[in-house]
Amino acid sequence: MAQHEVITEEKAHLRQILEVRDLRVAYGRRDGGVLHALNGVSFGVGAGEILAVLGESGSGKSTLAAALLRLLPPSGRITGGEILLEGADVVRMGAVELRRMRGSGVSIIFQEPSLALHPTIRIGDQVAEVLRAHQALSKRGRAERAREILAKVFSDDVQRICSSYPHELSGGQQQRGLIAQAIACEPALVIADEPTASLDPSTQREILALFQSLRDKLGIAFIFITHNPALLAGFADRVLVVYAGKVAEVGPTEAVLSSPRHPYTQALLKCMPQVDTTQGARRKTLLPVIAGAVPSVVSLSRGCVFEPRCEQRMEICQVHEPVAAMTGSRHEVSCLKFPA
Amino acid sequence: MEPVIRVENLVKRYGSRGLGRRAEAFTAVDSVSFSILPGCTLALVGESGSGKSSMALCLSCLERVTAGQIWFEGRDLAGLREKELRSVRPKLQLVFQDPANSLNTRWTVGEIVAEPLLVRGRISKRERDARAAQMLEHVGLGAEYLRRRPRELSGGQRQRVAIARALVLEPRLLILDEVLSALDCSIQAQIANLLVELQRSYGLAYLFITHDWKMAAHLADEIAVMSHGKIVEQGAAEKIVRYASSPETRRLLGAPPVGREAMEAVPKP
Repeated sequence: MAQHEVITEEKAHLRQILEVRDLRVAYGRRDGGVLHALNGVSFGVGAGEILAVLGESGSGKSTLAAALLRLLPPSGRITGGEILLEGADVVRMGAVELRRMRGSGVSIIFQEPSLALHPTIRIGDQVAEVLRAHQALSKRGRAERAREILAKVFSDDVQRICSSYPHELSGGQQQRGLIAQAIACEPALVIADEPTASLDPSTQREILALFQSLRDKLGIAFIFITHNPALLAGFADRVLVVYAGKVAEVGPTEAVLSSPRHPYTQALLKCMPQVDTTQGARRKTLLPVIAGAVPSVVSLSRGCVFEPRCEQRMEICQVHEPVAAMTGSRHEVSCLKFPA
Repeated sequence: MEPVIRVENLVKRYGSRGLGRRAEAFTAVDSVSFSILPGCTLALVGESGSGKSSMALCLSCLERVTAGQIWFEGRDLAGLREKELRSVRPKLQLVFQDPANSLNTRWTVGEIVAEPLLVRGRISKRERDARAAQMLEHVGLGAEYLRRRPRELSGGQRQRVAIARALVLEPRLLILDEVLSALDCSIQAQIANLLVELQRSYGLAYLFITHDWKMAAHLADEIAVMSHGKIVEQGAAEKIVRYASSPETRRLLGAPPVGREAMEAVPKP
């Protein structure tokens, strides 16, 4: 099974904090059918690493985020695999352990900050609330600590932000408030589900820079879930490309973006408009598209899940399911063009 | 060639922000001028709060302008009364960012696409359905979608429905307000291609509002960069991309999702 060797010479000092093995998640559908959202996903995250999970709607990336914290909706169930967080299996945790783990071991940042923050509680109090759940501090101690935490994510104006309500802040400031909540109890890992999708480009850049500085200063690892490949260059350490609940490709960001191996990754990157500043743009031409749509994975078929849309398909792709193969230093791809 | 729309010194000021003595007018659009030729696209690029969306609301007369003129179909929209606007509106249609919010979830796709026809005047149910089916065909959805409802559709399909609704009255100008930014990359490419094809076949003019300058450079003939309500740079798309001179443009060009590293890291097709 796909088991990563993340530990290489440059990152040898990195302790593995999360190890996901063959994770499977299924949703029960109203008509009695079963939707297989994750079909054997394996990967690891090292301490202080930024791992990007790249996938489109329906790829299972948000299911993955929810499953890692056991926050799946009632219809969702983990049907197999292990989620080892510092050695402890999240899949088998009881309610008390889960409560301790969420927030202080792993925390999550959601996409829409204006919905994730409580509209009638001041930002400082919302950060202090996280502390109350996990740490034995006095009320004054919590307020003090909340201000210190906010100072880590805001460069100035901390006092004003602390006593502001969410509606008084911009989208970027609200997102910083959520990040403050997420790092309040110094978790080893923060999962960010499309945290910059609703922000404009320069605010996006600021938030990405903030993640990097939190990683550098506090050693927090991030799982950064996104559908936008253009955000990743110069930001993420590694990229995990998911398609239809499976890992298509995983490797160092530069390698995946500059020499993608999986036909899906290649097609996805080609969809983006290219701007050639030297010889005039190829304006108003048709962009290459991926034919068909992401399958709504109702049943597990034989063969490769991308085969129906793949331009490089071979005969065996309908019959055999690809397994992960190493194609370079830490670069792994699940495609039959690269036999294991 | 006569431009489809010509905007001259457009100003949009919003009334008091804040309470009591702190009240002050806020200028969202500050003497902006441009024109768009038939079959051409002007991309309006800028960060949030730069005035792009106020611009869209003013041009579609959903907001009254404070000063300036909007010449469209030989008339100045800024001076028209509500009743007179009704005859102009069919020729100028708006498509919004998030099709999940801009489509009525309880209606069928057929009803949604045909509604503008109903608003315009008497038309038989059979004729409406025929027109709706034809529009859906144009945007790459078959007539089998007529009876579906928005929640049964993917994001890309919903945006196609929103475009079909905008096209049903045969407009000359489409105002596209961030129509791609809520979609996945591969779906963005599909919708961008649809926009290119529709423009080729119908000679539509587009005002393409976006913060993604790469898509702007791909789709537009001309780019105008907006900042704090003003157009700070304007010109042919290639020129703007190659010789950006204003700091705002440079900042936009340097920011992800469009950073130089990102550009170089992505392989050429």
